[in-house]
Amino acid sequence: MPDAQYANTQLSDPAKEAKARELMLTLRCLVCQGQSIADSDADMAGDMRALVRRKIEAGESPDQVRSWLIERYGDWVTYDPSFNSRTAVLWIAPVLFIVLGLFLARGRFRKKAK
Amino acid sequence: MKRFWLWFPLGLFLLFFGVVASGLIKPSSTTIKSRMVGKALPTFSLPAANEPQPGLGSATFGQGQPRLLNIFASWCIPCVAEAPILMKMAQQGVQIDGIAIRDRPQDLARFLARNGNPYKRIGSDIDSRVQLSLGSSGVPETFVIDGKGIIRYQHIGDIRPEDVPEIMAALKAAR
Repeated sequence: MPDAQYANTQLSDPAKEAKARELMLTLRCLVCQGQSIADSDADMAGDMRALVRRKIEAGESPDQVRSWLIERYGDWVTYDPSFNSRTAVLWIAPVLFIVLGLFLARGRFRKKAK
Repeated sequence: MKRFWLWFPLGLFLLFFGVVASGLIKPSSTTIKSRMVGKALPTFSLPAANEPQPGLGSATFGQGQPRLLNIFASWCIPCVAEAPILMKMAQQGVQIDGIAIRDRPQDLARFLARNGNPYKRIGSDIDSRVQLSLGSSGVPETFVIDGKGIIRYQHIGDIRPEDVPEIMAALKAAR
């Protein structure tokens, strides 16, 4: 089978290709699990690249393409998870840990000041 | 209180260690369920994959009767395993349509000659376009589409004999 159109062919507009490429790096290949579709040689990753390029070529924004895929596959498909009730812990936890760390370290700072 | 803060970092470390270790020992399930279950079948129209059998479009669905939509390919080995089960379901009167993924007509014809053809219609999806719009991530996968054209059920992987009752129940519920 020949590759899908745009699976391994760049878009003619470099600005659109750059957008598509950036998006492809943050989308997870569905069958290889752990590779982005930009990195994978799987047939399905090729078809997903073709889909991304086709949609970008048609004038859709990367965010629109990403939400189209999330609508079908859930947050699993993106390496750049959106902020929602299920991912809130993921985004907030680092801030909480910094605050906690500062709190734990406060005694040391106080001693130095004395 | 002081004792608590002394042990707190170790407790935190053990918690992290536990989370990471459990993730390593028991990898999370790798089947990705489609979020399209419960939503309307996307509009599509695919050319015939096995002439003179007709191609497949979304207009075939939602005509009052539930139908089974099987995503398969001649190059897919579990599809061979589920073929006799699909044949049996077709003989029982289940309306089955197929979408052949990334397939060549000659390969598909050989596959159907060898494994039987339970399909009313087969559409050719050469670049997985329709498969991706269904939220399907591999072959074989089988969807139950109800009489109104809503996706009601998704089965991931080949249909084994023990899966048939559940699929038949989903078909019955989709009437």
